[in-house]
Amino acid sequence: MSRYRNPLERARNHGAAGSGVEHWWAQRFSAILLVPLMAWLVWSMSVLAGAGYSEAHAWLGAPWNAAMALLLIGAMFYHARLGVQVVIEDYVHHRATELALQLVVAIAALAGAIVSAIAILQVALS
Amino acid sequence: MNSNQRPLSPHLQVYRPQWSSVLSILHRISGVALSAGTGLVVLWLVALASGADSFGRTVEFLSHPISLIMLIAWTLALFYHLLNGIRHLIWDTGMMLELKPARTSGWIVAISAVILTAVVWGGAL
Repeated sequence: MSRYRNPLERARNHGAAGSGVEHWWAQRFSAILLVPLMAWLVWSMSVLAGAGYSEAHAWLGAPWNAAMALLLIGAMFYHARLGVQVVIEDYVHHRATELALQLVVAIAALAGAIVSAIAILQVALS
Repeated sequence: MNSNQRPLSPHLQVYRPQWSSVLSILHRISGVALSAGTGLVVLWLVALASGADSFGRTVEFLSHPISLIMLIAWTLALFYHLLNGIRHLIWDTGMMLELKPARTSGWIVAISAVILTAVVWGGAL
């Protein structure tokens, strides 16, 4: 099928590098999602300042808060990964080092998100 | 010349720092700092899930003066990255890209980030 697409159609949405538009949009979408989520985080932190264990536990145990926390964790680690990825691409010019760093960052972001999600669910479902 | 040694953009050492470029690099620095700071969020969540003892220890650790300085810096980075991120999202629509509004919005973002950090921590300290 792709043979029948005209040259403009094949070039569209591909920058000089051949890809990147999806990354750009993913970074923006996660950024927009994070605006209300971060406002919620700051507000929550001021509510929870000085809170003891039982208060904090009850707070995160509320379904609405647990859902917001899960959404925040997902969007935050996704956005962080996308951002740090670009920083590494821009400043680390040694290919092997760059790839190693990208791998470490990707794993760290995934691990952070999974560990956080398990902790949230454990509190919410206990 | 080895391909690894070619000067690649963005080469910060060649440009004279300007208000806009300083804010731009601060956006990256705060972003990287916040990415590292996600560890604090993970720490807090895991401590809460692990029971009263570990939560108490974590709160104690976070109340240490050095931790507090770190948390305040994290809050400042958060507000700056959040507000400057909104500035970037506005730019993505093509609005406010001229020099004057770009400078003005930069000042609004920088000052607001400091004020919001002071408001959040003013009550706590």
